Amino acid sequence: MSFINYASREINCKIVYYGPGLCGKTTNLQYIYAKTNPDIRGKMISLATETERTLFFDFLPLALGNIRGFKVRFHLYTVPGQVFYDASRKLILKGVDGVIFVADSQVERLDANGESLDNLRLNLQEQGYDLDKLPYVIQYNKRDLPNVAPVEELRTLMNEKGVPDFECCATTGQGVFDTLKATARLVLIELRKGQGG
Amino acid sequence: MTTNIDMVLYEEEFKEIQQEAERLRRDANCKVVFLVDKNGQLIASAGEDKDIDTTSLASLTAGNIAATGGLAKLLGEKEFSILFHEGEKDHLHISLVGDRIILVVIFDNRTSLGLVRLRVKRSSENLTGIFEAINNKATAGEASSDAAQSPFAEITEDDIDNLFR
Repeated sequence: MSFINYASREINCKIVYYGPGLCGKTTNLQYIYAKTNPDIRGKMISLATETERTLFFDFLPLALGNIRGFKVRFHLYTVPGQVFYDASRKLILKGVDGVIFVADSQVERLDANGESLDNLRLNLQEQGYDLDKLPYVIQYNKRDLPNVAPVEELRTLMNEKGVPDFECCATTGQGVFDTLKATARLVLIELRKGQGG
Repeated sequence: MTTNIDMVLYEEEFKEIQQEAERLRRDANCKVVFLVDKNGQLIASAGEDKDIDTTSLASLTAGNIAATGGLAKLLGEKEFSILFHEGEKDHLHISLVGDRIILVVIFDNRTSLGLVRLRVKRSSENLTGIFEAINNKATAGEASSDAAQSPFAEITEDDIDNLFR
């Protein structure tokens, strides 16, 4: 649900990074924060535990530029990945305009990915959204690790609809901006189709 | 589902909201007044907000309200409509306006919680009316497929590409 302000000529959109615990959602945001010009980004907020596990959410506002005289801002959020934080995850999805599912490519995390994806679908439904109708992109993260499943296998398991997907290594930044750009693009295209669509 | 309709704010309503926020700031003798939507977007502010990171404030306030709403549901309450945080110098009064707007008042010892609560109550009633009108306009716009006239209906691939250059 984007917020269009004709008075200040701004449009704000919300993108949520979803995925199982320790898949690299926060690392995505940290990389974006580190590599973005300070003029266009705000402060990154992390509500995390003492061991740096996300407790509630991370938040990073980005002002990408102008379209037709409107300042386009994206608010990036991550959810806590750990299973028992489900109540918090639901809250973050409110008003979402686009979703990035960060999958952990490691073979031993395949079940966790599946569980998190089911959880995403269910939590969206509770808020009145359908994942198949939302701007949605998948990221296969941690491609640099030795024990990863082949991308084809991940695709078969997680991307039967054929949404845009990217191989990524969030610690080095490979694929991080590609994922974000693809999602931002889908959100803007959705906006073009019609507000509230 | 009404709550999933985009919020569209036009100049005219923005002015009314801004005026109400200014009035509340003056009447309650507080430092700053913010209006935030439940998704964490800042709508308007009045007062000494130069030293405050308003984007972060909006996002954290929405998170706070969402978490409190979750707690309310656990206890079988519809919602907790007022939150109050007391600091050493500055205090935060957060309340719900209608079903999607959050009113945040930051005040210090130049005023009192009682006065803030009293003035917030009156302002909330006025603001509820304004936001209802905005909501009705958005719903009507949706029905008459007003979106076709929106400036975003004409976004081109080039416009989108340019954002990422």
